[in-house]
Amino acid sequence: MQKNGPIALLFHTLVVIFMLAPLAVICLVAFTPENTLSIPTTSFSLRWFQAIFVHPDFVDSFVNSLWLATLAASISVALAVPAALAIDRYQFPGRDALNALFLSPLIIPHLVLGVAFLRLFALIGATGSFAWLVATHVIVITPYVLRLVMAAFSGLDRSAEQAALTLGASHWTVFRRVTAPMVLPGITGGWLLAFINSFDELTMSIFVTSPQTVTLPVRMYMYATESIDPMMAAVSALMIALTAAAMLVLDRAFGLDKILVGQK
Amino acid sequence: MNRARPALTPWLLVSPGTLLFLGLVVLPLILTFILSFHVYDHTTGIKNEFTFAHYAAVVSDDYYLGIFWRTLRLAGLTTLICALIGLPEAYVLSRMRDPWRSVFLLVIIGPLLVSVVVRAFGWSMLLGSTGLVNQLLQLLGFGPARLLYTETAIVIALVHVMLPFMVIPIWTSLQKLDPMVEAAAWTLGASRFTALRRVVMPQVTMGMLSGSLIVFGLSASAFAIPGLLGGRRLKMAATLVYDEYMHELNWPLGAAIAIIVLVANLIIMLAYNRMVEARARRTLG
Repeated sequence: MQKNGPIALLFHTLVVIFMLAPLAVICLVAFTPENTLSIPTTSFSLRWFQAIFVHPDFVDSFVNSLWLATLAASISVALAVPAALAIDRYQFPGRDALNALFLSPLIIPHLVLGVAFLRLFALIGATGSFAWLVATHVIVITPYVLRLVMAAFSGLDRSAEQAALTLGASHWTVFRRVTAPMVLPGITGGWLLAFINSFDELTMSIFVTSPQTVTLPVRMYMYATESIDPMMAAVSALMIALTAAAMLVLDRAFGLDKILVGQK
Repeated sequence: MNRARPALTPWLLVSPGTLLFLGLVVLPLILTFILSFHVYDHTTGIKNEFTFAHYAAVVSDDYYLGIFWRTLRLAGLTTLICALIGLPEAYVLSRMRDPWRSVFLLVIIGPLLVSVVVRAFGWSMLLGSTGLVNQLLQLLGFGPARLLYTETAIVIALVHVMLPFMVIPIWTSLQKLDPMVEAAAWTLGASRFTALRRVVMPQVTMGMLSGSLIVFGLSASAFAIPGLLGGRRLKMAATLVYDEYMHELNWPLGAAIAIIVLVANLIIMLAYNRMVEARARRTLG
């Protein structure tokens, strides 16, 4: 193993500072006792965190986003697992086209998806509906779930399934007792990644949310374009803390590098 | 692959997803395409007549062309800077030992999971007139610089958001490279630079090319960054579409711009893929 020279390490340090600086500054400013965006130097205060809770719209949006991401990720997994099974295990006409269709939201900019959903919803009178909002999020996150689940299926040792079949298990039993436990890590990883992607989604959501269904990122974007006060920093700091917690769980359970890197 | 089972099974398995995707990807895109040809009247709204006027307006008006040009320019610049930072950074990471390697990989790609609104907000605080960056500049003896609401701010924040997408594929291709091969090149008398150029670079070029494609595509359609760091004047394609839809309420024109963004995106991706595949065939024989 070769070592990094001093210049390489200096460069690396600068990159790390660059990546962490905006997040660090948010976490510091969130504790300011002042009325302006300033880094606290002498005293810390939790007043801006308290301010969030007297703004019910932020709390509502947070709860809304939680429900949205939970539902969308679950529905996405329910659709992606059978689809991945079919694409991985069967040859049928249109298989490649379907695979491309399911992955297409990755190459269609979210902006374009957003205006397309808006047009459809305007025509069928679905604007402002929470159920349809969930459906749009399912579309956007399914490619991520599908890729992780497909990777789990194709990395599977098929001889265990064959052994169970030979020993007289039914196809359903094989799936439930042999296949499912082996692909479960991939499915769980896919669910969590889908949840985070749905929870963070802004560009598409901003076109299809109504005042009743505003998600947290959309609320934050709207708020930040109009006024900037330290409460925005407090909300952001809470989101960073939540993401960091989710990352730790993901990393402990599956290895974050595997989920983010391995499947790309 | 083929097991003796009724051919219906795969169709049943994919049908729920297929129905949803046909109804919510294909259909809305067709509807938007049709919408982009509808006549729009500022007093009565969308009319049931058809015209090419929106496309004609977009390609002939300097205002729109200027925004498209800025979008391409900033996305290209972001891609270039990401490659220049991502390549050495991935290389440095690959030469680290665990636990540092995992820790710093997490630091570099972890921000991917933090909402882009949060990251844009962080940069708007750093780059503001009294922000840390300006304080640092003044400390070093440079006058206060106007950074926020400039193209510089947009590019800085875009690089921050896109860097993980560049590091990931390069890092993946570096993982496939046996470090002993580089050491072997040194033993055989190659200089450090030659070993880098002749042994490491060919391996990571493919990763860098696929990273560039992702970074360019995502930067060209980025919304939150130009929205929060470009202000009302400095628009990019995505913020332009948003304004046409939400402020001007001219949906057909917005739809025409969105279709142009989509088609440009697809053409660039396909052309790039062709080029990369041709290159891969040449180098791999």
